[in-house]
Amino acid sequence: MKPAPFAYHRPATVTEAVAMLGEYGEDAKVLAGGQSLVPMLAMRLTHFDNLIDISRIPELNDIALQGNEVRIGAATPHAMVGLDDEVAESVPLLTLATPHIGHFQIRSRGTLGGAIAHADPAAEYAAVALALDATIEATSARGTREIPATEFFTGLWETSLAYDEILTAVRFPVAAGRSGFGIAEFARRHGDFAIAGGVVGIELDEDDRITRCGIGLLGLGSTPLRAAPAEAAVLGTPIGGITADEIGQLAMSGLTDIPSDLQGSASYRARVGAAMVSRAWTQAITHVTEEALHA
Amino acid sequence: MHELPVALSVNGRDYRDQVEPRVTLADFLRENCGLTGTHLGCEHGACGACTVLLDGQAVRSCLVFAVQVDGQEVTTVEGIAGSDGELSPVQSALKECHGLQCGFCTPGFVTSITALLRDNPSPTDEEIREGLSGNFCRCTGYQGIVNAVHRVCEAGSNDAEPTRRACSNL
Repeated sequence: MKPAPFAYHRPATVTEAVAMLGEYGEDAKVLAGGQSLVPMLAMRLTHFDNLIDISRIPELNDIALQGNEVRIGAATPHAMVGLDDEVAESVPLLTLATPHIGHFQIRSRGTLGGAIAHADPAAEYAAVALALDATIEATSARGTREIPATEFFTGLWETSLAYDEILTAVRFPVAAGRSGFGIAEFARRHGDFAIAGGVVGIELDEDDRITRCGIGLLGLGSTPLRAAPAEAAVLGTPIGGITADEIGQLAMSGLTDIPSDLQGSASYRARVGAAMVSRAWTQAITHVTEEALHA
Repeated sequence: MHELPVALSVNGRDYRDQVEPRVTLADFLRENCGLTGTHLGCEHGACGACTVLLDGQAVRSCLVFAVQVDGQEVTTVEGIAGSDGELSPVQSALKECHGLQCGFCTPGFVTSITALLRDNPSPTDEEIREGLSGNFCRCTGYQGIVNAVHRVCEAGSNDAEPTRRACSNL
């Protein structure tokens, strides 16, 4: 259970880091909090000749409100995201999702950028990024480009990042108008990878019609997913027009790649997934209704 | 692979050594500092036995490479008791509430509970259970450990001699 040897690099800036990544190419891996990478190295599921540690680059550890977005630096630990007042005010779904990630000792060290770049199908922040249409910033020696979250996850632990790019920040839209959010997931032990789960973000107009709906799914495919059929079905309808059970069922329709393993068969996961989306939906509706009462 | 220098402050004392980058903080503490109170169970972040405080935050020392934390401060279970060996309130409560049997997991629980109660001095039962969820114990069935946390809270962290009541009532 010891990792194989590697060379360690700790660049002081993003410019230095991307230069190193360009130099070492496919033989290098970016190390941030290491809460997923280090176990994989220890179990020798993977190996890299070079690890480039970005966890102590100050410019990557920052949360800032920029216009109608909150920009979170990639190396910001989960614990910081979870405690941040600006995040709680502007992107409450991140605040709701944080306690579900691992255990508090993992959240001290794990980073938002690392969780999204690792692209585990059960990653909470990845599902939130999808549901909220976040924008991912990818930096290389060639410059910085923006990747919509919906185009980021390409396969199990695979993303559209090029080998020489570092995920440097994620920008989440600020919750606008009358909005509500919810997350529910099921794991055998709190903090374990979810067997299935869902996150929901909705916006309503003055007539209680749904003007935006984002539903992210956890553990129900080889990547984090969006439940497009369920979102399409509710758009433009009044909030009471569909039951929580129905939205849960709809969210499972069209899923073709649900994992089956010792933790649960695909059909079991779909049943759990429907129940979790249904709960997250109810939370989101309650959330938006309570906001209305306080307004 | 060539070795790199690491300098750490552990329990207030400075340690310097040269290590391979793949040496975890847990192995550095045990092998290079001789502080074997930090235990290694799973070595992949599941069991929590290796939990230490890094710049005050509870972390898995098996998931951090020593070279990553060069210049930082670590508190291990050896640094939790008073310098005269007097047990901390968390340690006393674990002892009195039968919060340990074989003791293998205990260093991880002591450091985790110490961090937990520092950040939230009066947790609810649910918050305690959530806070302990990252540590495995295969002896106690956890009840004694949960009771010990309640006991520390009931006694107040400044009271070195908590009442007997908290253990028996829960």
